[in-house]
Amino acid sequence: MEGLIALAVKAVFVENLALSFFLGMCTFIAVSKKIGTAIGLGISVMIVQAITVPANNLLLTYLLKPGALAWAGFPDVDLTFLGLISYIGVIAAIVQILEMFLDKYMPALYNALGIFLPLITVNCAILGGSLFMVERDYDFAQATTYGISSGLGWALAITAMAGVREKLKYSDVPDGLQGLGITFITAGLMAMAFMSFSGVKL
Amino acid sequence: MSQTRRELLVDPLVDNNPITLQVLGICSSLAVTSSLKVALVMAIAVTLVTAFSSMFISMLRNHIPSSIRIIVQMVIIASLVIVVDQLLKAYAFEISKTLSVFVGLIITNCIVMGRAEAFAMKNPPIDSFIDGIGNGLGYGFILMLVGIIRELFGSGSLFGVTLLQTVNNGGWYVPNGLLLLPPSAFFVIGLLIWAFRTWKPEQAEEREYKIQTVEAH
Repeated sequence: MEGLIALAVKAVFVENLALSFFLGMCTFIAVSKKIGTAIGLGISVMIVQAITVPANNLLLTYLLKPGALAWAGFPDVDLTFLGLISYIGVIAAIVQILEMFLDKYMPALYNALGIFLPLITVNCAILGGSLFMVERDYDFAQATTYGISSGLGWALAITAMAGVREKLKYSDVPDGLQGLGITFITAGLMAMAFMSFSGVKL
Repeated sequence: MSQTRRELLVDPLVDNNPITLQVLGICSSLAVTSSLKVALVMAIAVTLVTAFSSMFISMLRNHIPSSIRIIVQMVIIASLVIVVDQLLKAYAFEISKTLSVFVGLIITNCIVMGRAEAFAMKNPPIDSFIDGIGNGLGYGFILMLVGIIRELFGSGSLFGVTLLQTVNNGGWYVPNGLLLLPPSAFFVIGLLIWAFRTWKPEQAEEREYKIQTVEAH
């Protein structure tokens, strides 16, 4: 249990997906103009991440790993090379299902999050989370924890960024730096702030 | 056809650069640029994937139903990325270890999807192929620039060959450690964008609010 808490804290702060691995940057830059939309997107990423990482973990353990197909009578088959295509397939399918589910049963939430859900399929943070899970050999409990907390970290980062940008538009920025340029530099400063967590050990 | 093929190839380098103007494919451009060799491999991989995925998608464009086009595009891109990934593991294992998840993340690199969606779905295969190469090169160009700045000033070398003898090895150059850390990529790209937009002012964005001077009484 303690291991899981340490993993969660690490995934939220020290190894923040957005600010120390630069995942999901396209959306991070594009959708961080207003706090409201940023929170909406952050929550959607968190939900999708919390479902896809454990789902891909199950897929890896029971279908793709060397020897994982032993239950079906193929103990020698190694399908790990199909990993990338299966993970992205699972992600696309889950996003689609989530969208239909929300539309049917939670229309209010669907109206709030609906526009962001299709964007999430191509968000690198989601695929990146699954790939890190594979690379670091997480078991199911670890994968679930990692999914939730890395999503939370991403949501935290984009909300903070949106807060800064809302104030930024009133400031006197040099012409060429206006917009995209100053956003990058702000993100750099935030990434440095997040690096101060890197000494934290639990 | 309003653009010649040469324009398709050259335009994305500076005038319509995928990173500094279209804001696509930023994730990987930040993460893999701390050494030039890795940046070069990544640039080549992305260029090839963009070019071939644009070509295949363009060949199939009249047969893909528009409601499932995203998934079809994903499958084509993912298959190409698997080929690149396996090739790297076979012939450049060290580099593929350093790139770790970022090879897989070419799938969700917005440049590949963006070009497929914006260009390849409407144009014939050869033009799409050239457009893919052009955009890949535009991406590679920024990647190499950032890589050169970060490796040269961060560790005093290029492609691992020492150019500026660092103090630790008895030389004179005090390396700037910040440039090897992740946040520096943001600063370098931010400043590059500034430089580009000063050079080509028409790329600059409009201000949302103008600061007005009020006469003091």
